[in-house]
Amino acid sequence: MIRTHPQLSGGSLRRLGALCRKETLQIVRDPSSNLIAFVLPIVMLFIFGYGINFDTSALKVGLVLEDISPEARHFAESLYGSPYLDVLTGSDRAAMGQALTEGRVRGFIVISPDFAEKLKRPGGEAPVLVITDGAEPNTANFVENYLKGAWELWHLQRAAEQGLPPKASVILEPRFWFNPTAESRHYLIPGSITIIMTVIGALLTSLVVAREWERGTMEALLASPVRRAELLLSKLLPYYALGIISLLICVGVAVFLLKVPFRGSVLVLWLIGSLFLGSALGMGLLLSTASRNQFNAAQAALNAAFLPAMILSGFIFEIRSMPAVIRGITYLIPARYFVTAMQTLFQAGNVWPVLIHSMIFLIVASGLFIGLTAVKTRRTLE
Amino acid sequence: MVYRILTLIIKELCALLQDRQGRMLLIGPVLLQLAVFPFAATLEVKNNTLGIFNEDGGSESVELLQRLSRAKAFTRVQHLHSDAEVRRAIDRQEALLVLRFPSEFSRNLAANRTVSIQAILDGRRSNSAQIALGYVRQILDSYLEDRQGWSATRTPEFVVRHWFNPNLEYVRHIIPSLVAIITTISTLVVTSLSIAREREQGTFDQLLVSPLTPGMIMVGKTIPALLVAAFQATIILTAGIFLYRIPFQGSVVLLYGSMFFYILALAGIGLLISSICSTQQQAFLGVFSFMMPAVLLSGFPSPVENMPLWLRHLDWLNPLQHFIIIVKGVFLKDAGFPVLLRALWPLILIAGMTLTAADWMFRRRLG
Repeated sequence: MIRTHPQLSGGSLRRLGALCRKETLQIVRDPSSNLIAFVLPIVMLFIFGYGINFDTSALKVGLVLEDISPEARHFAESLYGSPYLDVLTGSDRAAMGQALTEGRVRGFIVISPDFAEKLKRPGGEAPVLVITDGAEPNTANFVENYLKGAWELWHLQRAAEQGLPPKASVILEPRFWFNPTAESRHYLIPGSITIIMTVIGALLTSLVVAREWERGTMEALLASPVRRAELLLSKLLPYYALGIISLLICVGVAVFLLKVPFRGSVLVLWLIGSLFLGSALGMGLLLSTASRNQFNAAQAALNAAFLPAMILSGFIFEIRSMPAVIRGITYLIPARYFVTAMQTLFQAGNVWPVLIHSMIFLIVASGLFIGLTAVKTRRTLE
Repeated sequence: MVYRILTLIIKELCALLQDRQGRMLLIGPVLLQLAVFPFAATLEVKNNTLGIFNEDGGSESVELLQRLSRAKAFTRVQHLHSDAEVRRAIDRQEALLVLRFPSEFSRNLAANRTVSIQAILDGRRSNSAQIALGYVRQILDSYLEDRQGWSATRTPEFVVRHWFNPNLEYVRHIIPSLVAIITTISTLVVTSLSIAREREQGTFDQLLVSPLTPGMIMVGKTIPALLVAAFQATIILTAGIFLYRIPFQGSVVLLYGSMFFYILALAGIGLLISSICSTQQQAFLGVFSFMMPAVLLSGFPSPVENMPLWLRHLDWLNPLQHFIIIVKGVFLKDAGFPVLLRALWPLILIAGMTLTAADWMFRRRLG
């Protein structure tokens, strides 16, 4: 549909400016949008930075000593010495089981009464039993790995002390690239910026536009000589500016306060951030144009933008471990690409194959959502 | 008085259920999350690519490689031939983990010398990489044990049992957490957003000029929230037991009894938010600003004990954290009342605090 408005084209830029000004004033005057654009990102970043953490400083484990032989005590000493374990000692399995149920320990190791005896026999059988709290599966994995490590280390030391011939062993030397100390916050914080951008892009926009529809001011706007492109741009540009400012604040806080290294280029960050914001804003506009009701738009934005960004973006949960159908769905979620790009930009730097792949998808997603919104807005008028 | 509150409750339920979009939003997200969460929200490590840079080529490394490629953590093995290829595989996230066998690996191992394997891990996914490394270590250990047969220096067996969840299935962690999260969302939405909507549409003034007292309005808004939240929680519990086959160990009465206090605590928060806000947008943002940290710090995404001490103290005020302990305790661990009381009394205290505060704010704004 091509229409010509010779008398309007000259004023187009001025009109756009005026609309943007109106939108900006609305943002600045509403304390709740200020809250969401400036205060919430920082609060959220700190919550992500300190609250979500997979690195246990000291695992709470129990030790049930049913044997008091020197060997058993020697092993207990080696556990007490470990900086990774916070050991609660007892002598009663039932009481320790109760502590596990209450969550006071996340696992315990039982040294049975015949520990020393079995140990002396050649090819000794199972003198230790480890029980973990399966209600916390990730922690249970770590309890198993740490206690096993402690057990093997003790054996090696004991063999050395007794002067036994060294057996062939293989040492695994882990090297964590980009993140030598394997701190989970170094990848969680860049990922969490995606969530914050989603909140600003999709949630805030969907609420604002739905409010205009609900109150009838949107109809008033559409009745004025404003063109659809100008209308869309006037909704996009101010929130885009808001989003980019928050993005910069977030990255600044992450780098300077939370000390997450940033190895990529700021220009690329701006480019990819803009593309992601385009898709998030587009989705927010689309949802609010479709529902025209704040209550429903907010719920829809929560379910269509926020939750997928949380769950399906790979920011906390592993995409590769998901079943094929859900893995397929993740390819359609813009947040997935932004999470990958942010983690790579922060930790690995400008790895072009990864970044370009993300950019292409984000361009397509932004185009799709904004285009659909344009179609939807046009239809409703005719 | 009871009759008046009852009419308000009926009106609330009608408002929630009258239009199709509203009904959809009450049940749709629950079903969606029930279908997606248990499969998606997992920290298990599966289907990854293992990179191998083998500078050895002897029989020992070949045998070890065969064992590694059978692990469920790695469905694909990528053979790499140079440092540049290793760098490329890790940089582009093609492999989570690259194992580098040094030359002379097989010969040294055969001669009973200690050898080392370099494991290069993608630090962008350090949690998964660490778990994958744990699997590699297990495979390595069992290989060495089989190789040595029964000798005097063999490390004695190490038996592990996972209580409450023998196969460490993530779904047993997720369903109880989901029960708590869904009740949180629906209670807050029903209490605070519905009042904000009435405010914005002007129907709240009509409620105020009716013979209902502010206290009665609060009760009338809380009970529908209780009904909706309990209904949604029941859907998830039923699906967890029958669809996801998680055995329900504890007492249903204890679970619903604790849920009652939990929903009260949240209704207090919802009413408090709605008494401060004058528009739906503000109420929604208020709900969001509470819910987001509450869920993130609840122990669902990562354990509470990993947080720094000051945050753990602050998190004591988070009702969701206590309620997840209760749901997990009853559902998985058959925890009795004395155990649950440790998490229940903070809930009751929080409920008392939030409801009192909401009541005070309501009267102040209306008086």
